[in-house]
Amino acid sequence: MHLTLEKLAPFLGSYYLVLAVMNAVFGYFLWEHKKNIRQAVFWTVVAGAFTIMASIAYSGQQKLMELVSLPEAFRGFVDGNLANPALYTIGTSAFLVTMFLFRKVLVQPVVAWGLLVLALLLMGLSMADVQFAEIVTKPDNVPIVAMVFLLGYFTWLATAQAVKNDERTARGEDPLEKLNNEKILVWPDLVYTELICMVAVTAVLTYWAVGLQAPLEDAASSVKTPNPSKAPWYFLGLQEMLVYFDPWMAGVVLPSTIVAGLMAIPYLDFNKAGNGYYTINQRKFAYLVFQFGFLELWVTLIILGTFLRGPNWNFFGPYEQWDAHKVVALNNVDLSQFFWLGLVGYMPKAPDGASEIAKFGWILWRELPGIIVVVSYLALLPPFLGLTIFRGFYKRMGLIRFMVMSNLLLMMMLLPIKMVLRWTINLKYLISIPEYLLNL
Amino acid sequence: MPNLGEVIRNSQIWKSIFRHPMPVDRRNRIVVMLTNFFLHLHPVSIKKQGIALSYTWCMGGVTFFLFLVETITGVLLMFYYRPTTEWAYMDILSLRDTASLGILRELHRWGAHAMVIAVWLHMYRVFLTGSYKPPREFNWVVGVVLLLLTLLLSFTGYLLPWDQLAIWAITVGSKMGAATPFLGAEGPGSMLLQVGSIPMITGASDARFGLLGARFVGEETLNRFYVLHCVAIPLAVALLLAIHFWRVRKDGGISGPL
Ligand code: HEM
Repeated sequence: MHLTLEKLAPFLGSYYLVLAVMNAVFGYFLWEHKKNIRQAVFWTVVAGAFTIMASIAYSGQQKLMELVSLPEAFRGFVDGNLANPALYTIGTSAFLVTMFLFRKVLVQPVVAWGLLVLALLLMGLSMADVQFAEIVTKPDNVPIVAMVFLLGYFTWLATAQAVKNDERTARGEDPLEKLNNEKILVWPDLVYTELICMVAVTAVLTYWAVGLQAPLEDAASSVKTPNPSKAPWYFLGLQEMLVYFDPWMAGVVLPSTIVAGLMAIPYLDFNKAGNGYYTINQRKFAYLVFQFGFLELWVTLIILGTFLRGPNWNFFGPYEQWDAHKVVALNNVDLSQFFWLGLVGYMPKAPDGASEIAKFGWILWRELPGIIVVVSYLALLPPFLGLTIFRGFYKRMGLIRFMVMSNLLLMMMLLPIKMVLRWTINLKYLISIPEYLLNL
Repeated sequence: MPNLGEVIRNSQIWKSIFRHPMPVDRRNRIVVMLTNFFLHLHPVSIKKQGIALSYTWCMGGVTFFLFLVETITGVLLMFYYRPTTEWAYMDILSLRDTASLGILRELHRWGAHAMVIAVWLHMYRVFLTGSYKPPREFNWVVGVVLLLLTLLLSFTGYLLPWDQLAIWAITVGSKMGAATPFLGAEGPGSMLLQVGSIPMITGASDARFGLLGARFVGEETLNRFYVLHCVAIPLAVALLLAIHFWRVRKDGGISGPL
C-alpha cells in the first residue's frame, strides 16, 4: 500500500509535463493574441523549466528527485515550527484578507496565472514528499484537492468581474452584465451550451472513474476502531469544531444555525444594490460576512480536518508522519476555575446532603461568571451594537430583523472567539455544568 | 432519390413522437421549445447575459446533470447490491470483477463528490451575483434545503459499502444525534425529561436511535440508510427540484441587472 518515490515518478513526470504544456499554450496565446512578446518569452521559458523538471521526475531516482522536492530543512521547519491550528488559522485568514485587499492587482489575468502556476508548483514539489503524497492521493481526498482549485478558479472569475463592474460603477457606467441585454433564442444557444456542459462533465467523470478506483477498506467491524475516525469530508468542518465545543454545539446547534442563517440571508440583506451582477463594493458587508463564513470557517476547516488532522485528531504538519503515539498535553481550564481558583481561592460546592434545588443553586453560583459572559454576549451585545456601530442597520432593519441578524452573526463568531481563547489562555469551557451535560 | 433522413423525418412514427419540424429556422426554433417536453422547462428566448458561462458557471445545470447521473448509476448499482450486513460488503467487492461494469461504482461515488462540490459552487455563484434578492428569496430557501438534502444523500450513501471507512464515518457523524439537546441521551437537558423517575430519553429512544434504528450502527441502520438513500431523499430532491426550476422561470428567469 505504501507509496514510494518510484511509484510517484510517472505521476509527477506527467504532472510537470502538463504544467509545461499549459504554460507553453499560455505563452503562445500572449504572443498570438496579445502581441505581448516579453510576457510570451517569459512563460515559454517557464514551460521549458517545467519540461526539465518533468524529465527529472520521470527518472524516479532518489538523488535526482531531490532536485524537484522541497528542501528537507524547509519541510522540517514547516512541520516543526508552523504546524499548529493557531498558525494555520491565522495564516489562512491573512491569506484571504490579502487576496481581498489586493484584489485589483491579483485578478489581472497574468498575475492570477502566475499565482496558479506557483500553487501548482508548490503542490508538485510537496508531492515529492511521500508523506504528503500519501494523504493527498487517498481516493476520497482527491475531490478536496479538486475543490480547492475549483474554488480558487471561480473566486478569481467572480472577483475579476466584480472588480471590473466596481470600476465601471465608479465611472457612472452600468455593470457589464447590462450590456448583454439583447434577447436571444434558447434554441440553439442555451440548449447547445447545456449539451456541451453535459458532454464535458461526462468526460471528466469517466476519466476520473477510470483513473481512480473507489476506496473499499476491510469489511466493517464494530470492534476495530480506526484512528483517526473521520466523518465524510464535507462534514469535517463540523468535526473540527468538536475541538472547541461539545457535540451538542458542534454537531447540533451550530449546524442548525448555519442552515437557518443561510435561509435567513435574503430576508436580512436589505441592500437593494448588487442584484443580478457581480460586485463587491456595493455590498461589502454581505460579501465579507459570507466569505468569512464560507471560505474561512467552512472550507479551510475542511482542508484542515482532511489533510492536517491525524490519529487522535492531533494536528500534523503537511510533511509529518502520522504517528498514533504523538502525545499532546491538554491542560485546558474552565472559566469558572479561572475565576474561583484564580481570584477567590476555592471552588464553590454544595455541602453534603444538600437538596436537589440547593445543589442546582450552587451550580449556578459556581458558573455565574460564565453565565454572565454568555448572557451578555447573546442578549446585551446586540442592543449595544444596534445603538452604536450598527445604528444604521438597526434603523433600516427594525427590531426583530436586527436581533435575528446580530444573533446569527454572534453565533458565527463564537467559533473564532472560542478558538482564540483556547490558544491564548487554554480556555476549555465558558460554562461547564457536567451535571447536566451542559458545557459551552 | 429522397434522402434517408428526410424519409425518416416524414414517416408517421417520427412525426408521432416529435411534434415539430427540425428547428432550423426562427419559427421552428421557437416551436421546438414549446412543444418538446424536455425543452419546455426553458423559456423560448432569454437575455444573452443569462446564459453567459462567466455569469452562471452553469453550476446549477451541472448539479442537476450530476443528479441524473447519480440516479441512473444508482439504479444500476441497486441491481447488484443487497443491503444486509451479510451481503453488502461482498456485493460491493464483487462489483470490481463484474468486468463490463467495472467503473459503475466509481462513476457513482465520484459523481456524488462532484455533486457536493457543484452544489456549493452553485450556491457561491448565486450569492456572489446577489441573485437571492427579491423576488428570488424563496428560491434561495428551496436551494438551501436542496443543499442539505444533497449532503444527506451523500452521507446516507457513505454507509452502504459496509466497510471500515463506512461504518466509522457514520458512527462519528451520528454521534451528533446522541448529543441533541433534550432529545439525545448524551445531550444537555435530556435527564430533565422524566416520567416519575423513569427517564424518557435513553440510548434506546433518543434522536440517534431514531436515525440509526439501533443503539449503534448495525443491520437496522444499513436498512434505514438504504431506504433513505435510494428512495426517500431522491424523491424529496426531485420534488424540490421541480419547484426550484419552476420558480427560476416564475421569478423572471435568470437574474440580471434591472
Ligand atoms: C440539488 C441542488 C440544486 C440544483 C440541481 C439547482 C439547479 C439550479 C439551476 C439549473 C438553476 C438555473 C441557473 C443556474 O444554472 O445557475 C438554478 C438557479 C438558482 N438556484 Fe439552484 N440548484 C440547486 C441548489 C441550490 C442552492 C443550494 C441554492 C442556494 C442556497 C440555490 C439557489 C438558486 C437561486 C436563487 C437560483 C436563481 C438564480 C438566478 O436567477 O440567477 N440552488 N438552480
